[in-house]
Amino acid sequence: MNDLLLQVEPMIPALRRYARGLVRDAESADDIVQDCLERVVLNWSRRHDDNPRSWVFAILHNLAINKLRQDARRAGSVPIEDAPETVGARSPTQEDAIYGQEVMAAIERLPPDYRSILLLVSVEDLSYAEAAKVLEIPLGTVMSRLARARERLRAILESPPSQTSTAGSYIRRVK
Amino acid sequence: MSIRPITEDDLQAYVDGVLDHERHRNVSEYLLANPEAAKRVSSYRSQAAALRSALETVAREPVPSRLNLTTIAAAQAPGGRTGSLRLAAAAVVLLAVGATGGWSMRSYMLTPTEGVASLAQEASATYGTFAPDRLRPVEVRADGGDAFRQFADATVGRPVTIPDLSRAGYRLMGGRVVPTAHGPGLMLMYEDDKGSRLVMLTRPMAVDQDKPMVATETADVKGWSWAKNGLGYSLVGSLPHADLHSIANVARSQV
Repeated sequence: MNDLLLQVEPMIPALRRYARGLVRDAESADDIVQDCLERVVLNWSRRHDDNPRSWVFAILHNLAINKLRQDARRAGSVPIEDAPETVGARSPTQEDAIYGQEVMAAIERLPPDYRSILLLVSVEDLSYAEAAKVLEIPLGTVMSRLARARERLRAILESPPSQTSTAGSYIRRVK
Repeated sequence: MSIRPITEDDLQAYVDGVLDHERHRNVSEYLLANPEAAKRVSSYRSQAAALRSALETVAREPVPSRLNLTTIAAAQAPGGRTGSLRLAAAAVVLLAVGATGGWSMRSYMLTPTEGVASLAQEASATYGTFAPDRLRPVEVRADGGDAFRQFADATVGRPVTIPDLSRAGYRLMGGRVVPTAHGPGLMLMYEDDKGSRLVMLTRPMAVDQDKPMVATETADVKGWSWAKNGLGYSLVGSLPHADLHSIANVARSQV
């Protein structure tokens, strides 16, 4: 029990961050973290993984993916990749700087598989081996998925504003 | 001494700063000579930095009180649910939720009409409805006592075996009555320690009273279905067919 507190409590800010990265809505993200912590407490004594971090992240990851699936089903099964554009216009002077809001809007357009690998590796600093455990995929798949996810994100961020912000500029014109 | 060719994996590891000193230097030299790759690497690095800073505020927020681990642990303590669930899940089937293997099941696909095919479809719909449910996935909780067994028998209208999947790492959560076009069905729901769920639907069969196991698939829900002595069984979940198959074999060996 003390063991549990000692090892899991320090992870909570990171768990909230990962959930928020996958599920944008703050309330839903915390619901998932709460659900995750309940499971962690319940299953702590029978975890068969000497690395509590990847074990806890795996639970959180599965819960978040379930939630995303459930939402997609409710929304009439629109695949995440085809969801409507939400990226705002970029002015040409921002060529090299990627801003927080922009990158968050951009990762939302990635399939959940790509989003999770980027968040686990780039934000949560998990090793490739830990990420493989969390996602339950082989190490080779971690590497290829990571490469594809980064390339896809680059394509989204570097696509010309005329393509990424038609909806936005239309609204501004009307106003 | 010639150096090993620089791979895409090296570039990713370079971005993440996890190469050893010498390999890191090799990649740096490579990037000097390859502006296209250098551009990509620099873009990947700024992505990572932007993601980190965008989400940094979340990690700095005070943790909401409902996420207080001590409180959560205290709330669960009196129930003692953990004690009865010490499962020897040694022979763990590694589960990849949602992972879709390259296993083409085309030739096994069924056109749902009736019999086992329609049972599989009902099971898949049941999974889609109740497996994501966090509030009340099951109607009757499995408590290891007779009450659950009686509920199961009453639902199906005859004595049924409730498969024990703990060997595969899944514990029985409970069950629910599911209406089908062929009468009430018994849904059993199982869960592993990572929260991945499986559903097994059982009901009496008019057509296909005895039928060997077949694979079925609707959307990303996979299933294995069979019938024996007039009862049909369909085990479904978001697992690769091969993994689910070995769990289905565990279930079949018991019924």
